[in-house]
Amino acid sequence: MVNDPQGLVVTDALHSLGYPEVLGTRVGKYIRLELAADLESTAAKRVDEMCRRLLCNGVIEDYSFEIAAGMS
Amino acid sequence: MAFRFGIAVFPGTWSDRDCAHAVGLTGAEAVFLWHADKELKGADCVILPGGFAHGDYLRAGAIARFAPLMEAVAEHARGGGLVLGICNGFQILCEAGLLPGALLRNRDLQFRCQDTTLLVEPTDSPFLATIASGSRLRIPISHGEGRYFADPATLAGLERGHQVALRYCSPDGDLDDAHNPNGSLSHIAGIVNEAGNVLGMMPHPERVCEPLLGSEDGLRLFGSVTTGLAAAGR
Repeated sequence: MVNDPQGLVVTDALHSLGYPEVLGTRVGKYIRLELAADLESTAAKRVDEMCRRLLCNGVIEDYSFEIAAGMS
Repeated sequence: MAFRFGIAVFPGTWSDRDCAHAVGLTGAEAVFLWHADKELKGADCVILPGGFAHGDYLRAGAIARFAPLMEAVAEHARGGGLVLGICNGFQILCEAGLLPGALLRNRDLQFRCQDTTLLVEPTDSPFLATIASGSRLRIPISHGEGRYFADPATLAGLERGHQVALRYCSPDGDLDDAHNPNGSLSHIAGIVNEAGNVLGMMPHPERVCEPLLGSEDGLRLFGSVTTGLAAAGR
């Protein structure tokens, strides 16, 4: 697994605040996309492609996404 | 005809003028290449300089790699043309897949701007043609995201092919943790592609090209490109 120095610092901070149960932290990114699509399956296919091509660097990052309808 | 360096300029690039100045000291010509153009203007070697192209938004180099200019740079590289990525330029080359691996946040999460000593490895590349392996170069770094990372198989391939060109070391040439400023895997400061025509490095050679600046080691690198190519008869 790729070393995440930000996660290590956050773990230390949580320990010092009295949360010894925290075994590990990983800091990542949350990206919210708004898109026009008729079908959820079409949206999923397109978003997956966007993740692979731009939003995520497969060398160092993993991704997952959820699709929710009717935001606008 | 004078050797010509093409220096890429993205929104947020700041080391372009320094690179042009350094290149001028070698007697070579420098032309600027705008990111939105697809034209390399006859450059023999393309430099992707340091800076924060497109604000480093999303990830350093992630947006810049899709610039129209990068299509021409990739084609140039595929044809054996020389490409030098410095700092942000190294990050762009990795994002573009022209070099393997990625550059992560520094181990201590701090932006590091300091002198470093680099060990020159036995790498077959025009960028190091006139610099003996085992030499040490004094060149500064200036980055927040320079910790080189690659998966074990990729790293093994780099080592086997002598593609690790530069490593952070102590002034005596020792590879110890105290002289690895960002926590890079295997002390990696710079790598080349398999053919050796693409070099990515985090340190800034353009900043040390005059005695007044404390070192001329950067000039050795730029000079190697021009004389190395002449020696190869290209």
